[in-house]
Amino acid sequence: MGLETASAPLSTLHRKTSYDVADFAVPTGREEEWRFTPLSRLRGLHTGAPASGAVTVQVDAADEVVVETVGRDDRRLGRAYVPADRISAQAYTSFEKATILTVPREAVASRPTVITVNGTGAGAAYGHTLVRVEPMATAVVVLDHRGSAVYADNVEYVVGEGATLKVVSLQDWADDAVHVSHHHALLGKDATFRSFVVTLGGDLVRLSPSVSYTGPGGDADLTGLYFVDAGQHLEHRLLVDHSRPNCRSNVVYKGALQGDGAHAVWIGDVIIRVEAEGTDTYELNRNLLLTDGARADSVPNLEILTGEVAGAGHASASGRLDDEHIFYLQARGIPFEEARRLVIRGFFAQLLEKIELDELRERVFAKVEAELEK
Amino acid sequence: MSDSSRVRPGSTLEIRDLRVAVGDKEILRGVNLTVKAGETHAIMGPNGSGKSTLAYAIAGHPKYTVTGGQVLLDGADLLEMSVDERARAGLFLAMQYPVEVPGVSVSNFLRSAVTSVRGEAPKLRQFAKDLKTGMDALSIDAAFAQRNLNEGFSGGEKKRHEILQLELLKPKIAVLDETDSGLDVDALRVVSEGINRFRASGDTGVLLITHYTRILRYVKPDFVHVFAGGRIVEQGGPELADRLEAEGYEAYVKASA
Ligand SMILES: Nc1ncnc2c1ncn2[C@@H]1O[C@H](COP(=O)(O)OP(=O)(O)OP(=O)(O)O)[C@@H](O)[C@H]1O
Ligand SMILES: [Mg+2]
Repeated sequence: MGLETASAPLSTLHRKTSYDVADFAVPTGREEEWRFTPLSRLRGLHTGAPASGAVTVQVDAADEVVVETVGRDDRRLGRAYVPADRISAQAYTSFEKATILTVPREAVASRPTVITVNGTGAGAAYGHTLVRVEPMATAVVVLDHRGSAVYADNVEYVVGEGATLKVVSLQDWADDAVHVSHHHALLGKDATFRSFVVTLGGDLVRLSPSVSYTGPGGDADLTGLYFVDAGQHLEHRLLVDHSRPNCRSNVVYKGALQGDGAHAVWIGDVIIRVEAEGTDTYELNRNLLLTDGARADSVPNLEILTGEVAGAGHASASGRLDDEHIFYLQARGIPFEEARRLVIRGFFAQLLEKIELDELRERVFAKVEAELEK
Repeated sequence: MSDSSRVRPGSTLEIRDLRVAVGDKEILRGVNLTVKAGETHAIMGPNGSGKSTLAYAIAGHPKYTVTGGQVLLDGADLLEMSVDERARAGLFLAMQYPVEVPGVSVSNFLRSAVTSVRGEAPKLRQFAKDLKTGMDALSIDAAFAQRNLNEGFSGGEKKRHEILQLELLKPKIAVLDETDSGLDVDALRVVSEGINRFRASGDTGVLLITHYTRILRYVKPDFVHVFAGGRIVEQGGPELADRLEAEGYEAYVKASA
């Protein structure tokens, strides 16, 4: 369990960006952004592993959504986001085909568009996805990751003026998978972005969701849920960069950990730049340590460079199940195991309610239940 | 299981020379008390005298270590049972400070509790009906069923919910720890009526912990015990309560020190 603040100003940490992997040194593990990640389990994603593995990408799209598979040279790629670390740049340098979803201006997607990323092998694989929601359009996109893979990718969400994008990213990998991913959302004026991240499977998952704004009125809500089992390393690194006035961000990530060597890392970086007057931001991380031998590192960082914020706060807490909760339920006759399940379910309940798609919520709920049965 | 078989006539809670510590600190120093079905016992005593400790120890709260004595429910050793086994054996504790449990809805919690105590899931429609009847009788708004357990409830609302659970779970012996404190006059009446319905519903015993005679005007005790310094220092009938209210506990505190 750790709570600390980075020594260098946040705004300087994310400064270096490049599309070229050669511009980044191979991490040693001493760098601020790599110190929590067990590099030896990355299977070479950080040392230039050649693309040899197989990952299939399938898209089941709403009628209103245009789906394209494009080559590296498509000029629309990489405009919202420039890689900020070595593996992200490696993915950008190495992917062969990218998936582009476009939700045309003012279109309202009639159903969720599901991108299924299925890992079928052990070699490294790289990918790129771009979701473009044009002004005033609305869509729900689900990224569903399954199977075995060693996979690094970048996902760009470009949410146009007044548009709404809701994304669910489900990391439901097999036990041996390694996944390093950047999700960047670029919000136009008055755009709404809702992200729901669920990370359950994989040996090592390192997901870095970030948000930036191009106009005032942008509204980002980033929710995350993870369940870490023995030996798993699940890392979420959030960055919200407020550089425009009157935008909002709200980050809530909750995780439960059980078993020896279960390791969760949560980094929550929020920068409110001089120009970003009227920013309203809050970030929260909570970890529930269900057994001995599990470890959660939680590092919220809030850097405020303007004097005019509407609200800015952060909170982080890691702890065990509350004996008083369990006692109360048991005192009403509910057996210990069931009481424990009820309380853990309760811990996640408010998050799960945020998944508006019934089917998906049920699936995530069932997954969490299955984790509790272990 | 039908109600009549749960409330077996003649249930008895026997507390024999009970000694309880929190950490190294001995708090209960030999409590003896027998509560029989059909009886209501009031325990009155000053702050910090160990009344809640007695209640929690009987219920099996992990913070309290029993260092000696026995607690028997119809001859079965409660101290050998887990917290939930005690509740299923027929013990109920209405807590002085009911715990807030985030994310667990009242209705979900009640259904789980009733299922556990009865040994089978109640029929959904019957349960919904019982719940509504119970909530109406205690003037609890129906919306509370969907709220998180005790979360953001006022003190009085929490106490009403404790009594709602009492009525739904129908224990053999109920320990009510200061259920009256923090209630306004109307709430006190509503809660007292709930306790009286419970008393009338079968052959049940009640151990009622309180500071005030106020509730005893609604819920008439058969016996009154004065608790001081971790033990019972005097016993009597209902008239003892009036004397305590007039004279206070000072004499007992001095004597027990
Ligand atoms: N969990 C605990 N940790 C430490 N001390 C405790 C704990 N529970 C009780 N005590 C101590 O034991 C003594 C008895 O407390 P208890 O709560 O049983 O008193 P009470 O008679 O119920 O008081 P009140 O009338 O204020 O409710 C007090 O001195 C109290 O501080
Ligand atoms: Mg007390």
